[in-house]
Amino acid sequence: MILPAVMFYLFSAVAIASGVMVVSARNPVHSVLFLILAFFNAAGLFVLMGAEFLAMILVIVYVGAVAVLFLFVVMMLDIDFAELRTGIVHYLPVGAFIGFVLLAELLLIFGSWAFAPDVARLAAAPVPAGTAGFTNTRALGDLLYTRYIFAFQTAGMVLLVAMIGAIVLTLRHRVGTRRQVVAEQLARVRLETVEVVKVPIGSGAGD
Amino acid sequence: MVIGLAHYLTVAAVLFTLGIFGIFLNRKNVIIILMSIELMLLAVNINFVAFSVVLHDLVGQVFAMFVLTVAAAEAAIGLAILVVYFRNRGTIRVEDIRMMRG
Repeated sequence: MILPAVMFYLFSAVAIASGVMVVSARNPVHSVLFLILAFFNAAGLFVLMGAEFLAMILVIVYVGAVAVLFLFVVMMLDIDFAELRTGIVHYLPVGAFIGFVLLAELLLIFGSWAFAPDVARLAAAPVPAGTAGFTNTRALGDLLYTRYIFAFQTAGMVLLVAMIGAIVLTLRHRVGTRRQVVAEQLARVRLETVEVVKVPIGSGAGD
Repeated sequence: MVIGLAHYLTVAAVLFTLGIFGIFLNRKNVIIILMSIELMLLAVNINFVAFSVVLHDLVGQVFAMFVLTVAAAEAAIGLAILVVYFRNRGTIRVEDIRMMRG
């Protein structure tokens, strides 16, 4: 009984601590690594809540793709990060003040809200409870591929547009580099590449 | 010591505030700002999943997945723009990004 509580406090403490490190680390590579740690611990929180599928998606998508993308860009660009950190002391009071106000507001809201009386009746897709072998993943799949198929396809289109956009933005043709032109290679015929030379005896094949 | 909805909402609120704080703190560094946005989206996702579990309604988790999709697309496009901008200008200082036409 005590274990979920301990795990919750562990996961949330590490997640928040790494969140602090993400915004305050001196080296952006460390920021990215702490971001990965934060995502791992958020995935742990998701598992604690019973949303295993989203937890695994979080690990795969964020740790496997997004964080690696960040790491790649941070390491590839030759940026003077120390120069970018100048004036951070300047911004600290304003940021701390706004953050404090926002957090106070959010925590005040938590003390004074309540569910609507008929909230249980309003559930759009109630969790099928009590069925053996009906996991979180299967329940999500049942919902996603039937009622939310349009939204699912739209999400796929969003990803496709993002992929094409990223490629179009970053692709460039350098001048002066020798590139392989496959069409040219395939269009070659025997006549323009091979020449049969009759060599007379006693002299070379040269012109 | 039962972990309820309020605990998860508090964690999400703290993470969201950290994201806002990070944007203010690293005002010159676009990469850290993008990471702060990812933190905020993570906090939103924690809220979605917490409410979804408490209310026994799976739509929250479906929506969290779409938030994840949009976050991934946003990170990819944002970093691509960043790479192109750095290639053209040699800097990513936020104050220098103010010219609309190249």
